[in-house]
Amino acid sequence: MEMPIPSEMVLSRKSDIVARLRAVLSDDAIISEPSQTQAYECDALTAYRCAPMAVVLPRNTQQVSDVLRICFELNVPVVPRGSGTSLAGGALPTADSVVLGVARMNGVLETNYDDRYIRVQSGRTNLSVTGAVEQNDFFYAPDPSSQLACAIAGNVAMNSGGAHCLKYGVTTNNLLGVTMVMMNGEIVEIGGAHLDAAGLDLLGVICGSEGQLGVVTEATLRILHKPEGARPVLIGFDSNEVAGACVSDIIKAGVLPVAIEFMDRPCIEAVEDFAKAGYPDAEAVLIIEVEGSEAEIAEQLEKITAIAKQHNPIELRESKSSEESAAIWAGRKAAFGAMGRISDYMCLDGTIPVSELPLVLRRIGELSKQYGLKVANVFHAGDGNMHPLILFNANKPGDLELCESMGAEILKLCVEVGGCLTGEHGVGVEKRDLMMTQYNAADIETQLHVKDVFDPAWLLNAAKVFPLSTTKSRRAS
Amino acid sequence: MTPKDEQELAQYVKDAGANGRKLRIRGGGTRLALGNAVSYDDMVSMDGFSGVSLYEPGALTLVAGAGTPLREITETLRKSGQQLPFEPMDHCALLSSTGEPTIGGVVACNISGPRRIQAGACRDSLIGVRFVNGQGDVIKNGGRVMKNVTGYDLVKLMAGSFGSLGILTEVAFKVLPIPETQTTITLHEVDLDVAVQAMSSALGSPFDVTGAAHLPALENTPSKTLLRIEGFAKSVKYRADKLAAKLSRFGEVSQSYDDHDIWTDIQNVTRLSGTIDAIWRVSVKPSDAPQFCETLAKNCPNAAVQLDWGGGLIWARVPNDFDLRQCLNVAGHATLIRGDGFAAFQPQPSVLAKVEQNLRQKFDPVGILNTGIMG
Repeated sequence: MEMPIPSEMVLSRKSDIVARLRAVLSDDAIISEPSQTQAYECDALTAYRCAPMAVVLPRNTQQVSDVLRICFELNVPVVPRGSGTSLAGGALPTADSVVLGVARMNGVLETNYDDRYIRVQSGRTNLSVTGAVEQNDFFYAPDPSSQLACAIAGNVAMNSGGAHCLKYGVTTNNLLGVTMVMMNGEIVEIGGAHLDAAGLDLLGVICGSEGQLGVVTEATLRILHKPEGARPVLIGFDSNEVAGACVSDIIKAGVLPVAIEFMDRPCIEAVEDFAKAGYPDAEAVLIIEVEGSEAEIAEQLEKITAIAKQHNPIELRESKSSEESAAIWAGRKAAFGAMGRISDYMCLDGTIPVSELPLVLRRIGELSKQYGLKVANVFHAGDGNMHPLILFNANKPGDLELCESMGAEILKLCVEVGGCLTGEHGVGVEKRDLMMTQYNAADIETQLHVKDVFDPAWLLNAAKVFPLSTTKSRRAS
Repeated sequence: MTPKDEQELAQYVKDAGANGRKLRIRGGGTRLALGNAVSYDDMVSMDGFSGVSLYEPGALTLVAGAGTPLREITETLRKSGQQLPFEPMDHCALLSSTGEPTIGGVVACNISGPRRIQAGACRDSLIGVRFVNGQGDVIKNGGRVMKNVTGYDLVKLMAGSFGSLGILTEVAFKVLPIPETQTTITLHEVDLDVAVQAMSSALGSPFDVTGAAHLPALENTPSKTLLRIEGFAKSVKYRADKLAAKLSRFGEVSQSYDDHDIWTDIQNVTRLSGTIDAIWRVSVKPSDAPQFCETLAKNCPNAAVQLDWGGGLIWARVPNDFDLRQCLNVAGHATLIRGDGFAAFQPQPSVLAKVEQNLRQKFDPVGILNTGIMG
C-alpha cells in the first residue's frame, strides 16, 4: 500500500519540532525516541506499520490547541489517535507525523439526567461512558464490538455503530455537541446540550470525517434510561435465503428488534469449536433481541416466532433465563476471537440493501472458491451491514495480497448492488483506493472542498479516506 | 423554470452562473417564508423531480425525487404500515401559505416534529442525497443503506442548508413502522417549571416516550402537559399505566387513546398561528426552558409559548418588533420563523461563521443559490 513520501524538510527539523512541543507539554507527554514511538506504529489494522516522528499525549483542550498551533506553524503532519482500535488504519502514522493521542483525556466533565446527556473528554472509552451513568440505570447506546477499548474520539471520527443501532442509531444520532480544535489551534464549540445546533449542520459532517477536519477533545453524548429487560431468540435455518427472507418479513410486520444478528455456516462452525455455545447444525443462524418489560418482550417474541415458523426453522430457541440469554450471545460475541484462533483474517464491513442478501452471500461463496480463501459471514442483518471475515495466512507470501484483492471484489459487489464500502469501520487507508467505485470525481471533489475549508494546509490525517492521486496537489501545497 | 431532470437542471445552473443570474429554489412553496429574504432573478421549480423511485418495506428504505409531494410519500409508506419517523411539521397554518409541501423542502429546512425527541430529526433519518451544486455539477452522497460511513457525511450537511449549498434532486430515507396504537397521558394544570420536571422524569424513564409537550394556559384554556407512548397495544397499555402512576406526583393525570389530532396541533404549532405576530423557535437544554420562559414573560407580557421535545424546543409568539434574542439568557439559539424584524438565524461565533461562509463559497462559488437565505 502506498503512503506519501515523508517530508525531508520536516524530518530534518525533528529536534526543533520536539523542543517546541516539549515547551507546551509536561515531559511525560511527549515521546520521540524511536524505540518508544514504535508502540504507535499501527492500529488494529496491523498489516501496515510506520512509526511516527513523535507522539504527544496532551491532558486537556488547551494543550491540544498548543500542539496543533505549533504543528500548523511548522507545517508538520498530525495523525490523531483515540485508542488505536481502528480496523481501517485510521490512526496509521506517516514517518514525518506527530501522533496526537487523546488517551489521557478520559474524564467525565458533566452528567445531567434531567436533560439526559453526559459530557466527556474524548479519550474516554465507549464502555466507560455507560460505566459512568449505569448506577442511575442509564446507558450510552452505540456499542461497537471494541467498546471495552475504543475511545469516543475514534467513535466520533468513524461514526461508529454496533449491534444495537437498528433501534438506537449510530454515533451521529447520539452526539449532541463537541469541543474541537482546528488545525491552526483555534478552539470551537459545536452543538451542545440543546438538541439542534444553529446554522449549517457542522456536527453532522465532523462526525465520520476520520479525524481530518479537527481534533475532537470533548463530546456531549445523549444517554438513555435502560430498558426494563432484554431477551434474545435464536433461530436456525437450512439456507441463507430463507434466513434473509425471515429478517425481511419480521421488519415488514412492524416489529423493530434492537438487534438482528446473522451468522452463516462457516462462522457457526468456528464459533462452536471455540465457544461451545450449543448452536444448531444449520446453514444460517439469526439472533434477534427485543427489549422492554416481561409482557412487552413476550408480545414481541410471539410475533417474531410466528413469522419465523412460517419459514420452517430447524431450530427456534427462546431464552428462558439470563444464563440462556448469555449462552445465545456467547457465540456471536466470540465470533471474531474464534476466527482469530484458526487463522489470520481480514474483516470487511460493506453494507448492502437487505433484499440483496441472498445474492451477495452466494457471490461471496463463489469468490471464496475462486480465490481459495475461506470466508465466514457474521453481520447486522437488520441494517444490511455485512462483516465477511476472509481467512488467510499472514506468513505465506502473497496470501495477504490475495486476501486484499478478494476483499476489494466483495466491496465492489456491495457497491454494485446498491450498498457501500463501509458501514461502520471507516475508510482509513484500507478502503481509500476503492472510493472511486462508489463516488465519481465530482463527488470526491466536493468532499475534498470540505477538508479545504477546515484544514487548508492538509496537515490532519491527510493520507486517509481519499485516493492519494486525488489529494496529491493539495497535500503538496 | 421547471427543469425535467438532473441534466437539464445542471445545464440551467451552469448558464445561470455564467450570466450571474441568482436562483430561488421552490418545492411546494409552503415554506418560502423561512430564512432571510432571498434576492433572486429566476425561480427554479422542482416539480419535475416528483415520484418515489424505490421503496423496500423489508429494508425500511425509501428513495424519492426532491419535488415529490410529502403527501404522496406518506400515502406510499402508509400502505405498507410505515412512516417517516421524524413527523415533519406542516408550516401552512403558521406561515399562512398554501400548496403541497414537498420532501425536498422538508430536507432543505430539516423539518421535524414531536417524535424528534425519540426518533431523531429529519437529518437522522436521511441516508442519501443527490444535488446540483452552484457550478452545475451533479453530486451524490450517502446512498440507500442505513449504515454508511464511506467518506464525509454530506447528507447531514445538506439537511437544513436551506438550498444554499446545492439544489436537492433526490433524497433517501430510513423509515419505520407506524405504531399499532398510541396513548396520550395528560398532566392537568401544572406550571411550566413543574411541567418540564414531569417531562424530564418521563423521558428519563424506561417507557420510551415519543412525544413530550407542554401547552401553557392560553386565554380560557387551562395548561396541559402531554406525553405520548406508542407501539403494540399490550405494551402501550403497560407503559402508559406505569408512566401515569409515575407522573401522578406532579398533579392530576388522565389518559386518552389514539388522540392523533392533539399531536398534529403540537406538530404544526396550530395554537400560536392565529395572529400576525412574530413566531420564534428557540432551542435550549430542557431544564433551562423555565428560566428562559420566565425572562421572556417579564420582558414581553404578551408572549405566548408552546413547549415541545420535553422543553428543549420553545415556540414563542411575540410582537413583531420584539427582539426575543435579548431574552435568551441560557445556552441555545433562536430562529425567527415568522416576521421580518430581525435576522432569521442566530449569528454564529466568528470562527464558525467563517467556516460556514467558506463552505458556501466552495459549494456555490458564484453565489447564485438561495443567496442570503442563511445570512
